[in-house]
Amino acid sequence: MTVPLLETRSISKSFGALRATNDVSFRLEEGARHALIGPNGAGKTTFINLLTGLLLPSSGEVLLKGEDITKMEEAARVKRGIARTFQINRLFRGLTVLENVYISIAERVGAASNLVTPAGKRSDVIDEAMSLLDRLKLADVADRTIAGLPYGRQRLVELAIALGQKPQVLLLDEPAAGVPSAESHIILDAIDALPKSIGVLIIDHDMDLVFRFAQRITVLVRGAVFAEGTPREIGANPDVRAVYLGQAHTHGA
Amino acid sequence: MSSLSTSASPAPATNALVSRHQLRWWELLPWLLAVAYFFMFPTYLGFGTEILIMVLFAISLDMALGYAGIITLGHAAFFGAGAYTVGMLAHHGIWNEPLSSLLAAAVVAAMLGFVSGLVLLRTVGLTFLMLTLCFMLLLEESANLAQEFTGGFDGLTGITIPPLFGLFEFNPLFPTTQYLYALAILFLCFLFARMVVYSPFGQSLTGIRENTLRMHAVGAPVRMRLVLCYTMSAALAGIAGGLWAQANAYVNLSTLSLDRAATVLIILVLGGYGRLYGAVIGAITYLVLAHYLSKAYPTAWQLGLGLLLVGIALFARGGILGIGEALVQRFRPSTQRTPTPS
Repeated sequence: MTVPLLETRSISKSFGALRATNDVSFRLEEGARHALIGPNGAGKTTFINLLTGLLLPSSGEVLLKGEDITKMEEAARVKRGIARTFQINRLFRGLTVLENVYISIAERVGAASNLVTPAGKRSDVIDEAMSLLDRLKLADVADRTIAGLPYGRQRLVELAIALGQKPQVLLLDEPAAGVPSAESHIILDAIDALPKSIGVLIIDHDMDLVFRFAQRITVLVRGAVFAEGTPREIGANPDVRAVYLGQAHTHGA
Repeated sequence: MSSLSTSASPAPATNALVSRHQLRWWELLPWLLAVAYFFMFPTYLGFGTEILIMVLFAISLDMALGYAGIITLGHAAFFGAGAYTVGMLAHHGIWNEPLSSLLAAAVVAAMLGFVSGLVLLRTVGLTFLMLTLCFMLLLEESANLAQEFTGGFDGLTGITIPPLFGLFEFNPLFPTTQYLYALAILFLCFLFARMVVYSPFGQSLTGIRENTLRMHAVGAPVRMRLVLCYTMSAALAGIAGGLWAQANAYVNLSTLSLDRAATVLIILVLGGYGRLYGAVIGAITYLVLAHYLSKAYPTAWQLGLGLLLVGIALFARGGILGIGEALVQRFRPSTQRTPTPS
């Protein structure tokens, strides 16, 4: 059996009496397009936080390419190739789009500890940032501050910062959340165009997005894995329909 | 379909970041003014020196507060540390050569900044603010109690500073040497601060200011960056304090006081933080206004400054420089392209 890109072995996380993540064993393969779905409060974001090191599990292990990273700090995991986006934008709001991406890339290539050279003279960082912005169709707003951008494009910057890390594992926490449906195709196109080598785990409520994007789906209910399979299997699973898909319709899209 | 166009021409943003660090013509103005002041107001050079020193102190605070978002109320701790380093070395006959004394002031202040930063920068927000205040007040009280070394409440008076390079005397009545010396030191420190804030390191500091959590998520060693920034900021504040001691030929507890820490904070807010030149404009405005208001209204002069500060806090968060920037934006034909609707 091959070593998966990212793996958890029966991890659990408790907040007091609440078991937010309950004995989850999960594998993300190289180049995978994997979706994590589940009703509100199922513990999806907690699970992502356990993968990135924002939270440490109460028990269980997290492995990256077979290496135990359970106790590793967030920054160290980033250096090893785990990047994420946030459900609610976490951007450098007062800075320009280019500066947002510059910060991320400068950190990855080790430029950010340089006190002497002007930031503008690191043309390697700037060129990479501009080509990334170009790919996400953000080049025309590169000089604008985040606060002045429409929300859909702010979500793209959220993605751009993560991609600036050149991750091997990309965790997308509701990438299209809050984006008006007229703009959401920009996000979907961007996700479709991600390099095939990256293993992507996406969390979302938007079933169109999940079924369009995912090759594999894990359903989380009350912190535990409820079902896992291909989109076809999940879509046909009556239990899943009962706890989740049925609900999604009443919530409306 | 998306109607977003990928620009064929080089995006304007590239220019903004690429050319940001280049000197603009107006950046020469403050220095020309400072030199002009020397010739135009030979009888006010003591006042001028005080302004230069406050500018340097405010720049040191701007590095920490304006760029890295470290909101401190105890920055006079480092100013006072520098002043007392120069004062005590000279008073006790250990060392009084001006330039190397300033270096000593910078080193002592930097060490204090590093050690206190390592401990205090584990906290944020109000906790950090209160702890910096405590740290400064502890230093002040220590200086008050250690009378043997610091002169206690009376401070150390009559510090003798030998001529600079053995040539230029520090005359308290005709402070020409002090003025030019302070100007030269300020210029060097300004160049240093300018280099740092426009470097990739400086860019990462603004990232920490804008979103600390995201900086962690892109793998930045946030706390070490903050400690380094705080240390450099403390060193510059220490140099300002050392200059103050040399220019006045005495040191007292006022260098470590909350009054001084609050004044430099007001100066920075008034001028506009996170802009370097805000420190320049803020210091000039504050000290000149304080000078004339205290002459005109000896009992109520602080009211005028207070009203100005309230106005700035309510209507112009960017300070005086922010108002200037807004005006320039308004009257200059826009170089920014309008966004293509999607």
